[in-house]
Amino acid sequence: MIDFIAKFFNKDSSSKDVARERLRLVLIHDRSTVSPELISALKADLIEVIQQYMDIDVESLIVNLENEDDTMALIANIPVRSLKRVVNI
Amino acid sequence: MNGRVLVITSGKGGVGKTTTTANLGTALAMLGKKVVLVDTDIGLRNLDVVMGLENRIVFDIVDVVNDICRLKQALIKDKRFESLFLLPAAQTKDKTAVSPHQMRNLTNELRQEFDFILVDCPAGIEQGFKNAIAGADAALVVATPEVSSVRDADRIVGLLEAAGLKDTQLIINRLRPKMVRKGDMMDIDDIIDILAIELLGVVPEDESIVISTNRGEPAVMGNGSLAGEAYRRIARRITGEKVAMYNLEDNQNIMTRFIKILKLAR
Repeated sequence: MIDFIAKFFNKDSSSKDVARERLRLVLIHDRSTVSPELISALKADLIEVIQQYMDIDVESLIVNLENEDDTMALIANIPVRSLKRVVNI
Repeated sequence: MNGRVLVITSGKGGVGKTTTTANLGTALAMLGKKVVLVDTDIGLRNLDVVMGLENRIVFDIVDVVNDICRLKQALIKDKRFESLFLLPAAQTKDKTAVSPHQMRNLTNELRQEFDFILVDCPAGIEQGFKNAIAGADAALVVATPEVSSVRDADRIVGLLEAAGLKDTQLIINRLRPKMVRKGDMMDIDDIIDILAIELLGVVPEDESIVISTNRGEPAVMGNGSLAGEAYRRIARRITGEKVAMYNLEDNQNIMTRFIKILKLAR
């Protein structure tokens, strides 16, 4: 309550700043949950790139976007079967 | 002729899609372009009343795509402007009465006859939205400076991108310069920062929109309407002309200007 009153009288955090900050946070969440298609496209590209360097277990590969508070992390778990001796780039 | 198909969309309802479609279409016709307005809000048609053409509807978009009438029979010619036409939505059917494939065919047919095809999209992201964007070359996303509207606009931008529509521009509607100055409304930069799309124009909040809608005469037809002036500028930008952004700071009444001058004089 005191916080609220303090905010109310504090000219520095005008209501538009509050709006902008709230939007920023909600959009991080919205954008991260929008499309499974994005994740699967990313997965396909990741596989393609990594396979140039190592033999990976495509079946048990996991790619996820995870949210914690207001930060977002891309977590990938990619089991490696073996490294390639010759790298073709 | 090879016309351009622009879809006017927003996600959220009530932000001014229909008003924007009516005003931009009328303004483009005033610039001598041949324009057709297509209402895709089947079941909740309104572009006809905003244009003041509601008494002249015989056939509608559903009749056209189902070959009940020819396209020319369903087009309503606006008597005020030679080159302005309306293809009304059906009122008694629902959004599934038209498919994206039918919309693509329809817009392709309209391209042959018109310079600009403005498609008024229904609110929401379901079938009606998918129909409206199906045949479009570019999208104009309308958003008001409110969290709910900007959030929905962001979703729409994402969906347009996913649908392969890359040419997307923003129209900020109903901006209140006074509230922006007080820090009680997000400003143009805030919104562009968040949405990260190109700005096409800004339309100020204006009571004359209510009045012109009451009469069924788009605000761009009269002089002295701030919103009308903003829409005329946007229309010129659509035709490729470089037009300066409307200076919203100028939109003060005589009294405020007078006080400002007094302050400067001191």
